[in-house]
Amino acid sequence: MYMYDWSVITRNMDVFIYGALKTLEISAISILLAIPIGIIFGMGRISKNKFFRLISSIYVEIIRGVPLLVLLIWIFFVLGQFLKLGSYWGSIWGLAIFAGAFIAEIVRSGIQGVPKGQMEAARSLGMSHAKAMTHIVLPQAFRRVLPPLASQFIMLIKDSSLISIIGATELTLDAKNLVATSFRSIEVWTFVAVVYFIMTFSLSLIIRYFETRLSKSEA
Amino acid sequence: MISIKNVNKSFGAHHVLTDVSLEVPKSNVVALIGPSGAGKSTLIRTINALEPIDNGEIIVDGISIHDKKTDINKARLNIGFVFQSFNLFPFLTALENVTISPMKVKGLSKEAAEKRGKELLASLGLADKCDAYPSRLSGGQQQRVAIARALAMDPHVMLFDEPTSALDPEMVTEVLDAIRKLAKDGMTMVVVTHEMGFAKEICDEIVFMADGKIVERAAPDKFFTNPDTQRAQDFLSKVLNH
Repeated sequence: MYMYDWSVITRNMDVFIYGALKTLEISAISILLAIPIGIIFGMGRISKNKFFRLISSIYVEIIRGVPLLVLLIWIFFVLGQFLKLGSYWGSIWGLAIFAGAFIAEIVRSGIQGVPKGQMEAARSLGMSHAKAMTHIVLPQAFRRVLPPLASQFIMLIKDSSLISIIGATELTLDAKNLVATSFRSIEVWTFVAVVYFIMTFSLSLIIRYFETRLSKSEA
Repeated sequence: MISIKNVNKSFGAHHVLTDVSLEVPKSNVVALIGPSGAGKSTLIRTINALEPIDNGEIIVDGISIHDKKTDINKARLNIGFVFQSFNLFPFLTALENVTISPMKVKGLSKEAAEKRGKELLASLGLADKCDAYPSRLSGGQQQRVAIARALAMDPHVMLFDEPTSALDPEMVTEVLDAIRKLAKDGMTMVVVTHEMGFAKEICDEIVFMADGKIVERAAPDKFFTNPDTQRAQDFLSKVLNH
């Protein structure tokens, strides 16, 4: 019978903490890059400029159609031949480009979900297209995209476990290494799952707090 | 004040406005009436360029609205527009709905915009609704906020696109009263409406449209008792005898 030894967790707590912090760091940088990418291409999808619209659609469709694992390996091995990316920045850009495509779709549907009459009313009051976008449409789009955006951020934290495949140091790779030396795979992977859950659930709670604060102002 | 000259517009093969010309002198109130699909809403929306035109010219307050060289954002400051479905900004309070454009477009201070906004809301019987969000207001109250919002820009012309069509019957009066008051104050207005009694009472001229054309123009008394065209007679017999 398997003898559980949970002391492997406590003894190696520094490894888990370091790995979790790396995961959060890489996820945070990826999200910060993915948001502008998503906003630019999301607005591109509904732009009046045909070329911008086409480029945005190609980006979104290709990225949505390629598995993240394949994208990461492709960026690391293929793009890595031409650009000195390394596993750290290679994974960050891989995650950002991947999440950016989904955020672009969220942004697009958020803007399109604001009724056309809102833009018309703002324009009828003398606002330019840009002012109407900034003061009337985007604040409403923002409220709409918050819940799907939150899911996307949580996905990204979980997806970051895949970057261990190209050798980026984070929670999952640290766990793999620890299993290799300690042979305590059940304990280690169970605890890793718990740590991922703590990270994603905390994020979920933070976003929920902001959502209720926003919706209060409209009640 | 408003001068519409030979305006044409089509959506694909469908001609929505055919050679429409109309003059609205200062302080006049004109009702656009006619069967649905006649082009009334399209016409009123072309007056502030919410709807583009194919050719022709529209001049409001001396400014050619559809001229490429015209700064349309500036031109629209003279033209208030009230929508059938109110289109209030749901994330802003009644007062914020009224003050946002004076602040962001005209650069008014918050204090000045709020002072004026409160006066306008009070004059429309909404003094106690300043802090209410649109979702907490009745249709009639929402439409009055929309009127205050348009008036806050101090327009010289007001356009109403079926302002009471989306309202429950008991709320029609409060909105019509607000428009009536504007007429008394000498505001130049064009109103697309199905309220025949109201049109007859406050309008200087009735413009009857059908199939994208102006079919008949007449003073209200003449139009409602003895219209010249068969088309107008048919329309009136349908809307008045029920």
